Amino acid sequence: MINLTINGLDLSVEEGTTLLEAARFWGFPIPTLCAMEGLSPYGACRLCVVEIGEGKQVKLVSSCTYPAQEGLKIRTASERVLRARKMIIELLLASCPQSKIIQDLASKHNVRQQRFRQEYEDCILCGLCVRMCEEQMMAKAIGFRGRGETRSIGTPFDVRSEVCRLCGGCMYVCPACQLRCTFTEPEKAICGGCANLSPPCVEKPTFDDMMCYMDPCVACEIVKK
Amino acid sequence: MNVEVVHNILHKHQNAQDGLISILEDIQSQFGYLPAEALKIVAGESGKALVDIYGVATFYKSFSLKPRGKHLISVCLGTACHVRNAPVIGQEFERQLGVKAGETTEDWEFTLERVNCLGACALGPIVVVDGHYFSKVNTAKVKQIIDRARRGLDKVEVKTDNRVFPIGVRCPRCNHSLMDSKHLIDGLPSIRVTASYDRMHGRLSLSSLYGSYNVSTEYVVPDNAIVNLFCPHCHAMFSGSSDCTICEAPLIPMIVDGGGMLQVCSRNGCKNHMLDLSGINI
Ligand code: FES
Ligand code: FES
Repeated sequence: MINLTINGLDLSVEEGTTLLEAARFWGFPIPTLCAMEGLSPYGACRLCVVEIGEGKQVKLVSSCTYPAQEGLKIRTASERVLRARKMIIELLLASCPQSKIIQDLASKHNVRQQRFRQEYEDCILCGLCVRMCEEQMMAKAIGFRGRGETRSIGTPFDVRSEVCRLCGGCMYVCPACQLRCTFTEPEKAICGGCANLSPPCVEKPTFDDMMCYMDPCVACEIVKK
Repeated sequence: MNVEVVHNILHKHQNAQDGLISILEDIQSQFGYLPAEALKIVAGESGKALVDIYGVATFYKSFSLKPRGKHLISVCLGTACHVRNAPVIGQEFERQLGVKAGETTEDWEFTLERVNCLGACALGPIVVVDGHYFSKVNTAKVKQIIDRARRGLDKVEVKTDNRVFPIGVRCPRCNHSLMDSKHLIDGLPSIRVTASYDRMHGRLSLSSLYGSYNVSTEYVVPDNAIVNLFCPHCHAMFSGSSDCTICEAPLIPMIVDGGGMLQVCSRNGCKNHMLDLSGINI
């Protein structure tokens, strides 16, 4: 067993668990996008950031890929984590505003603006479909191609792959090609309701080691009425 | 595409168990690009998934999945070259060749591409044509470079390229000098050997400049044919123990004056040769 501290609580988890698994096991929610049970962790979306360490050693890591270590101090909802998480959601929103999952994330984390150049990508390169195809469907029909700006996911030579059995697993796990909620135009991708809440939660800085355990957030519920 | 060639390359790489990148490099140097068929063969032989191979092939800029022209012109647009006006040079190439970057001219002579830093920033702007570096390029030089590429850059200019230097060689068996001052190649005494190919025997003179591929023969040997070479003095056949790393034809060893071995590929047209100076105290 490994002893660690999550949000100020001394806990122990089994060896070989990731921080994400440990936190979830003890009931600390961490939002994720590219992590899925049964698929190997990949660390693409960075949504699962947590803060580890103390003093000068503090850093942000992706909890889905970070293994639990003896004596590690983890904060899943410190001010810095929340800020980073919001920024990540904002960036995801900028690239894929029509995704229902990303919209929900934005509304849940109180992201109410999007300051970047709006794109309408249909892929956030989280690699869920690639791992699904390889690890669960044993097919390896799709994969990453190219690099940098032109990186994309697809079959070799963009023709139907011989190993694809049309199982649809890739579409099933895709967070970007879910039904859109685009209001009426794509520019209004975030449905106004969630974005227009006034700041609902307790002021965070003084509560670095705490987090709201309510889901949905009571404060949000109240403001909506 | 010649399937045989791909299989040979894979065979050379421990039946495709070697590093993928070196396999792809060899395939590309054979065909000038990576044919889809070849990638499928690699996938089949190596047991790797085609997506993974395709991913690697598309990841690296130096691999091309499209056929390329005879000459590859790479214009550096890295930071250092960029600030020294490389974009204008790139445009000049595009204008003179009539193609955009990444495209090939209609006569399949030139492929133009942009690269980001060739590691020679101090000499920028850099343009590389078929492995030959041109430094401090300006728009006026563009035409010259294209013309020189058309004429073929493998005809080396002696004196301007210091990777090219003259050597003297001797027969490894009888130790006679093979230098022939009656036949000059590149203005220097040539290396004279007897070549036999398809029951024809004759003189073969090789340039004694290391780095030059100029040869003259008494009769025409077809490209890609493997020739046997003999010492004109003791008539022993030159035979080596190693094979060419590019085309697998036998490499022919000769002793270099001053020490060391020279290995020349016995396939006509193959440009592999190497100087082995190991074991020599300079
Ligand atoms: S869930 Fe950890 S990086 Fe995506
Ligand atoms: S920037 Fe052109 S060689 Fe480095």
